[in-house]
Amino acid sequence: MRRRARTVTLVAALLASTVTACSSANDLIIYSGRNEQLVGALLEQLEEAVGIDVEVRYGGSGEMAAQLLEEGQGTEADVFFSQDAGALGAVGEQGRLAELPADVLGMVPESYRAKDKRWVATSARARVIAYDPRVVGEGELPQAIEDVVDPKWKGKVGYAPTNGSWQAFVTSVRVLKGEDFAKDWLEKFAANEPKRFDNNISILKAVDEGQLPFGLINHYYWYASATEKGGEANMKAKLHRVGGGDPLALVNVAGAAVVQGSNQSEAAQKAVRFLLSEQAQRHFADQTAEYPANPAVRPGKHRLPPITDLQPPDIDLSKLSSLQETVKLLQEAGLS
Amino acid sequence: MAVLPLAYLAVRSFERGGGVVWDVLARTRTAELALRSLSLAVAVTAACLVLGVLGAWLVARSDLPGRRAFGVLLVLPLAVPSYVGGFTWISVAPGLTGFGGAFVVLTLVSYPYVLLPVAAALRTADPAVEEVARSLGRTSTQVFFSVTARQVRPAALAGGLLVALYVLSDFGAVSLMRYEAFTLGIYTSYRATFDRTPAAILGLVLVVLAVALTIGERRARGVVAHRGRRNPPTAPLGRARVPALAGSVVLVLLTLGVPVASLVWWLVAGTSTFSVADVVKTTGNTIAVSAFGALLTLLFALPVGILAARHRGRLVRGVELAGFAGHALPGITVGLALVFFGIRFAPALYQTVPMLAFAYAVLFLPLAVGAVRTGVAHAPPVLEDVSRSLGHGRWRTGLRVTVPLAAPGVLAGTALVFLTCAKELPATLLLRPTGVDTLATELWTRTEVAAYAAAAPYAAVLLVVAAIPALVLDRFLGGER
Repeated sequence: MRRRARTVTLVAALLASTVTACSSANDLIIYSGRNEQLVGALLEQLEEAVGIDVEVRYGGSGEMAAQLLEEGQGTEADVFFSQDAGALGAVGEQGRLAELPADVLGMVPESYRAKDKRWVATSARARVIAYDPRVVGEGELPQAIEDVVDPKWKGKVGYAPTNGSWQAFVTSVRVLKGEDFAKDWLEKFAANEPKRFDNNISILKAVDEGQLPFGLINHYYWYASATEKGGEANMKAKLHRVGGGDPLALVNVAGAAVVQGSNQSEAAQKAVRFLLSEQAQRHFADQTAEYPANPAVRPGKHRLPPITDLQPPDIDLSKLSSLQETVKLLQEAGLS
Repeated sequence: MAVLPLAYLAVRSFERGGGVVWDVLARTRTAELALRSLSLAVAVTAACLVLGVLGAWLVARSDLPGRRAFGVLLVLPLAVPSYVGGFTWISVAPGLTGFGGAFVVLTLVSYPYVLLPVAAALRTADPAVEEVARSLGRTSTQVFFSVTARQVRPAALAGGLLVALYVLSDFGAVSLMRYEAFTLGIYTSYRATFDRTPAAILGLVLVVLAVALTIGERRARGVVAHRGRRNPPTAPLGRARVPALAGSVVLVLLTLGVPVASLVWWLVAGTSTFSVADVVKTTGNTIAVSAFGALLTLLFALPVGILAARHRGRLVRGVELAGFAGHALPGITVGLALVFFGIRFAPALYQTVPMLAFAYAVLFLPLAVGAVRTGVAHAPPVLEDVSRSLGHGRWRTGLRVTVPLAAPGVLAGTALVFLTCAKELPATLLLRPTGVDTLATELWTRTEVAAYAAAAPYAAVLLVVAAIPALVLDRFLGGER
């Protein structure tokens, strides 16, 4: 029995020793809340640009923000690459992000960087309306948030209640228009019997297949779907962009920051600069169909308007995180 | 060890003063969510007790055709992570959401928590008691309820407790099935408001619920039946043979058929691709970290389980109780607790395999403790006395006598922990060495971007990896017959 126990321990130790990570203090360590499937190839190219070994740790953006805050000054992370601005804001607020140099910040428009200079957007995604032109004329389309709850759209609008972007949109309604307006709007929206969907993809599919007049989604799903179908011409659904600073035009961003106290701060800044470079921005535009945050880079593969043409609402993107109240409001309206 | 997460939660909860704690607790939503989670836990546990005890009896005692195969198949659903179960059910039955959906998914992935220990208890229980009852004129059904049910009650309740704690801590299934449970509040804190304080306070509430459940289970547990000198005979099913077989087949179809069919469909319909080399490497990683986690957990569980079975002191109860609290906490909370302590007090071990294994031990200790305790309780203490009287010390006796006697239970517990480690996600993401992927993390990464065809092989391999301990277990237990 004892011998067997010893053998088992030995085998376990051997097995465990095969699972080694080769990170060292001399490497650049990136905590990425963006999915490996989306940015893995790009971050491999980053190694070349930075000049030292790069180790990437993947996770969820919110969980990684919590991890960075728990790690505090002991962290080995040098760069935080996040799926949304809220996570960056939360880490920055606690003094865990370093100020970025002016030339890096200068690569993006003012509304796409933190006011305290601690993070910069790397790409953007916009809320849009996907509609079926066979059913809805271009002239009829909503021009503002109030139009969406018009009784004529009863039972004709699709939304994805569990989607983070939908919740960020509702938060922006609260922040921009006030709690009372948001409550009233959500009640009207609920009374209009909107169709609920699991996610943006199924909304777009329903519109494309003629089962739904229009739905509220993020823009890049349309481009991904077009690629899958072999071209934009094959898409029956069309996109309608609301402008004029309306909450329907909300733009959210993914972004990057240098971690405070990084022992590789120079390489870390290089990494952020790389993420804003032509090469990386083209990756976002072509591979993930996001808006490049650097307006000098024009989208090629997909016909995206330049980021400076979007007229998003004026809102501090890192403040889109007051979700507890949003969730409560959605529940009261019966929309959660 | 089990105190670490509690200390962390206390630090985070009270860092902004007691006022915040009170605010969070006083929200009507907090009570509402707690109630929703508790009612789900009660319903799932009840269903798992029924399924688990019936299933265990069929595979351990009856002449069900294909009994050995069912012994493995009925345990395998443990390898289905709740988020995969939830996902596949949604794609098969989109209408199945809310309480009903969460109930179905959680029941189907967690009933083996009851089946495993009950099957072990049934295989070792003394058949003489049943024979006496039968000789006194009781029918088979009466014998089952008056004798067998009592013999397996401690094992069944121990398993039921694990199910209840698992349901409380689960986030994957409830979020996919859109049932607002207590963990939703915790995850909203981390993911949407990026505020760790409410999450910690809610975590403490979960601990209180877990302690209450654990104490309740202990009150109801009863006395463990002693191990028999021979193995129980096989009971003929008679006319019940066909319905029993049909029921088992349906259960296997629901628990394994649905996920497997979805996997196949993903592979066929999807366009994303995968690399065989990556799958192989990830499988090696998963087996290594899970084996390490399971052995470390066993190492901690043996003394606690043996003490809990043999002594009833206050200290022992306290230790056992603290261990169970860790199991009711979501993986992210325990993971962050170890991030907090690890980087401050053991920076050399931070984000290494030993620390990940330690996190598994904190999370899954109860799985092993319950099994060890039940196993040891089945071993007659008189044999230990004999060993002691022959001059063997306490440790030697424990290793040479108690552990081998309790082996079926101990093995069942270790297998459980192994399976659970293999599918664990949130703590693994936080504590794995940078760049080391497991099957669960690779599965997550791919399903998150809807690359289902690429995800399918990882889910399939996870099932296969989980089948190994299930097979070993069956061979070990079956070999005794």
